[in-house]
Amino acid sequence: MLKITNLVKRYGNGEPVLKDLDLMIEGESVVSIIGSSGAGKSTLLRCINRLVEPTSGSIELNGNELTKLKGRQLRTARRKIGMVFQGFNLVDRLTVMENVQSGRLGYISTWAAVTRSYPKEDIRRAFELMERVGIAHYANKRADELSGGERQRVGVVRALMQNPEILLADEPTASLDPKTSEQIMELLRNLAAELKLPVLINIHNVTEAKIYTDRIVGMRYGRIIFDDKPDALDKEAMDKIYSGNPQADRNQNMLETA
Amino acid sequence: MSTIAEKFGREDWARFTPKQRLQRYAVFAFSALTLGWAISSIDVIWPWVWDAPEQMADLFGRMYPPDARNLKTILSVLLETVNIATFATVLGVLLSLPVAYLAAQNTTPNRATLWLGRLILVTSRSVNTIIWALLFVAIFGPGVVAGILAIMFRSIGFIGKLLGEAIEEIDKRPVEALEATGASRFKVIVYAIVPQVIPTFWAVAILRWDINLRESTVLGLVGAGGIGIVLQGAIDTFNWPEAATVLLAIIALVVIGEFIAAFLRSRIL
Repeated sequence: MLKITNLVKRYGNGEPVLKDLDLMIEGESVVSIIGSSGAGKSTLLRCINRLVEPTSGSIELNGNELTKLKGRQLRTARRKIGMVFQGFNLVDRLTVMENVQSGRLGYISTWAAVTRSYPKEDIRRAFELMERVGIAHYANKRADELSGGERQRVGVVRALMQNPEILLADEPTASLDPKTSEQIMELLRNLAAELKLPVLINIHNVTEAKIYTDRIVGMRYGRIIFDDKPDALDKEAMDKIYSGNPQADRNQNMLETA
Repeated sequence: MSTIAEKFGREDWARFTPKQRLQRYAVFAFSALTLGWAISSIDVIWPWVWDAPEQMADLFGRMYPPDARNLKTILSVLLETVNIATFATVLGVLLSLPVAYLAAQNTTPNRATLWLGRLILVTSRSVNTIIWALLFVAIFGPGVVAGILAIMFRSIGFIGKLLGEAIEEIDKRPVEALEATGASRFKVIVYAIVPQVIPTFWAVAILRWDINLRESTVLGLVGAGGIGIVLQGAIDTFNWPEAATVLLAIIALVVIGEFIAAFLRSRIL
């Protein structure tokens, strides 16, 4: 269970990007976050694994408070949070297997990592997952030889190798063509069900969000203004999520407080 | 209704405003004056310059035909030169790795180490190989050791600087991805940074070996080993035919080195 309470993120002295945000994710649901660019979707996701440092508030993953962790404790917590990126973020010059095994770096010894002598069970797990997503025959290919969809599959397998308790996906399909994009979304949904894994997906494609996820969270300028089943996302809700600008929202705040 | 041409048409346009043009002329005039002053201030003895073609012809006359009787010694010393360059490059490469790590903003542990790294790079680079050689000849006495150390010290700055810049220019996204998996700093470096700088590493190492080969041929002039000692000896004793042989040998070595470097580059990169 992921429980976010009163989360605030402010860069410098500017307007907060996340404003007192609360979000609860229970069970094995696939949740999508939609909202226009600059709504804070990416920042929210990155606060969870602390790639972005939250300003205040609390994030609990299965009872473990993440916002105060440092050093080794933070790394141990990060092992349990898988992340899939828009640009795949693979190491191009390494093989697919090395990229996949880099999801285990938090677990294996430094010596095993440097010499690439991965534990047998990790190799078996890697082949199982790669077979599952259809990239096992690429194990010895360099990552930059693969197509976009294949590269994102490597990204997904790398995240799953961590044996995560939650999977974060930051625009996982935004760099892909429509067909591949649907395949990846379907893969994420099915894997989530198979591995009983909650998944949190930032996505621009609302149609895909409606088809492939169990719950949609709509963000606008640092706030959650919609949180319901995909069916409940009607025209009115869409307009609310994708309208307005930061200035208008700020004026509204002042009215409310006044 | 007026046409677009009537409304907006105009045909006066200049790349620079009059003020900019004036500034440009001023800068040009100032540069020309500086250059003229520089030329007039250095003490050139013009008769010697006009005399040069005659002197050159005279020197060539004394060098020809090259004297190859000492070829065996020359070749063995030439091999020593190659060894100096190669050892110094290998050592320089090894030592420049930690320096590059310190001097790159995105890997260095803190500001103090960043400045330490940069200080090492600047020190190494601002001192010429020959001056390093003079220093090490004074410390270790004349010979190969001084030569190797001199070239190594100069190489550290060169390789460290280029490698450090390569580290700073890597794609940061894989780094972020591996940090997100909970990997330690060292593992992130090994998996996300090292693979990205390996091509630069080899390119720089080969280039430096190529440069070091040429630099090691002059080390002997200050007593730091290599072919330069033989050349110095020949010139000091006015043995111009042998000096000619040495010069030809050096040219051959540099050309061969160039070929080897090009071959390695094509194989590795």
